[in-house]
Amino acid sequence: MVETLRPRKLDEALTWLSERKALPLAGGTDLMVHFRNYTGTDSLIVRPVLFTDAIDELHSVEDLGDSLKIGAACLLSELENNELVPSLLRQAISQIAAPALRNRATLAGNVCNASPAGDSLPPLYLYDSHVVLASSSGTRTIPLVDFITGPGKTIRTDDELLTHILVSKSQNEKIYYRKVGTRAANALSKLTVAAFAELENNIIMDLRMAFGAVAPVVVRERAVEIIFIGKSIDQVDLDEFRQAYAPHIRPIDDQRSTALYRKEVALNLAGDFIRKIQENL
Amino acid sequence: MKIEMTVNGELRKLDVNPLSRLLDILRNDLSLTGTKEGCGEGECGACSALMNGLLVNTCLIPIAQCDGSEILTIEGLASSKRGEVLTEAFAEAHSVQCGFCTPGMVLAAESLLRKTPKPDEQQIREGLAGNICRCTGYDMIIDGIQLAAEKGDGLW
Ligand SMILES: Cc1cc2nc3c(=O)[nH]c(=O)nc-3n(C[C@H](O)[C@H](O)[C@H](O)COP(=O)(O)OP(=O)(O)OC[C@H]3O[C@@H](n4cnc5c(N)ncnc54)[C@H](O)[C@@H]3O)c2cc1C
Ligand code: FES
Ligand code: FES
Repeated sequence: MVETLRPRKLDEALTWLSERKALPLAGGTDLMVHFRNYTGTDSLIVRPVLFTDAIDELHSVEDLGDSLKIGAACLLSELENNELVPSLLRQAISQIAAPALRNRATLAGNVCNASPAGDSLPPLYLYDSHVVLASSSGTRTIPLVDFITGPGKTIRTDDELLTHILVSKSQNEKIYYRKVGTRAANALSKLTVAAFAELENNIIMDLRMAFGAVAPVVVRERAVEIIFIGKSIDQVDLDEFRQAYAPHIRPIDDQRSTALYRKEVALNLAGDFIRKIQENL
Repeated sequence: MKIEMTVNGELRKLDVNPLSRLLDILRNDLSLTGTKEGCGEGECGACSALMNGLLVNTCLIPIAQCDGSEILTIEGLASSKRGEVLTEAFAEAHSVQCGFCTPGMVLAAESLLRKTPKPDEQQIREGLAGNICRCTGYDMIIDGIQLAAEKGDGLW
């Protein structure tokens, strides 16, 4: 039987983590499927397990003024209903799996799982989110773009726990989120597009767009965004906008979809976002 | 490891493998076989229960996380007034065919009605999004929940 610990205190968790190099388990909705066992058989997890769900310090959403500090034990269902959380992120969260899943799954788990199809990631990339990693020897705060390095890969070391996610509090007026999957609930994404824009007298003051599941990591290109910032929204040519993103969308074929379909739909949705603002939809 | 949890109002003390699934503990150790295993991967909702008032998939929960928690299964719900209303409404609306999905559907309905006592069709569909039924085509289950909301007016 593997060793497990379910501490209430963060420092206890960090000490044990560094001693045992344990596997952190939050909601278990990725891990219990990955290590699925059948009735009458033992769990397939062979490493020590650190349960993070009972750590008091990781349950709060703290308002820091411009940003929010979201504890690693916060459930997706809590964040979905928290009005401080940017509505774009809430929208993405509300389309993850189904209610019972969101009652166990955490945002931290979605981030650490680092799946190209992790639906919280595109909105988190738009808001330049950061993660806080803690170990018994200190903490470091890292931009999310640097934290995730590939499918399932992060720069977290074995003795570190992700304790918080820092997200901007911006509430944008023109937001756009599309998840393309085989059915409404419990389907992993074929691809996702998240975007927002800020306009003043029709001039684009800010524009951000991120794509999920079309490359090994989330695609967000500030260089492309900048081309269009400062222009009048009516002057943005839809084809030019699509073409600007085309070289960055590099999807693969897998069991959920094909590269061709993903690329075509991603670019169509990119254009759809601009068209919707132009037509004031 | 030793854990304590309240199941259907009764305190249970158990000595368990911390990574056993709540589903297996309910069915095999506590003989509460109303909780079903369909997919074992969080996709079908047959294993639904309420944990501290929240709808969960018991196939995904390591039992160690249940220490100190309150669990409500279909057996506990069925013997309550609200459970009776749901049972009658499901029977009357023909919401049950083979019955395998029914315990999970009833728990998802209970969870929904606690938050939204008068749900419209869209809200019911969202509330049942994690529950799969291979028989009814869902419409009759939705009818059953609407009927329960009417019959049980004031209970939720
Ligand atoms: C039926 C089903 C449908 C799903 N649908 C979707 C979907 O639509 N969109 C989507 O994005 N995902 C989906 N998922 C995947 C999953 O539910 C999410 O990724 C979820 O957010 C994971 O959170 P968790 O708390 O359950 O993670 P866990 O399973 O507990 O952990 C996931 C990973 O993160 C690590 N981890 C967790 N917490 C920490 C921490 N504090 N510090 C360091 N590492 C940590 C774990 O070690 C593990 O590697 C689905 C899963 C299932 C079973
Ligand atoms: S058996 Fe748990 S969701 Fe299917
Ligand atoms: S009644 Fe048979 S699965 Fe729903």
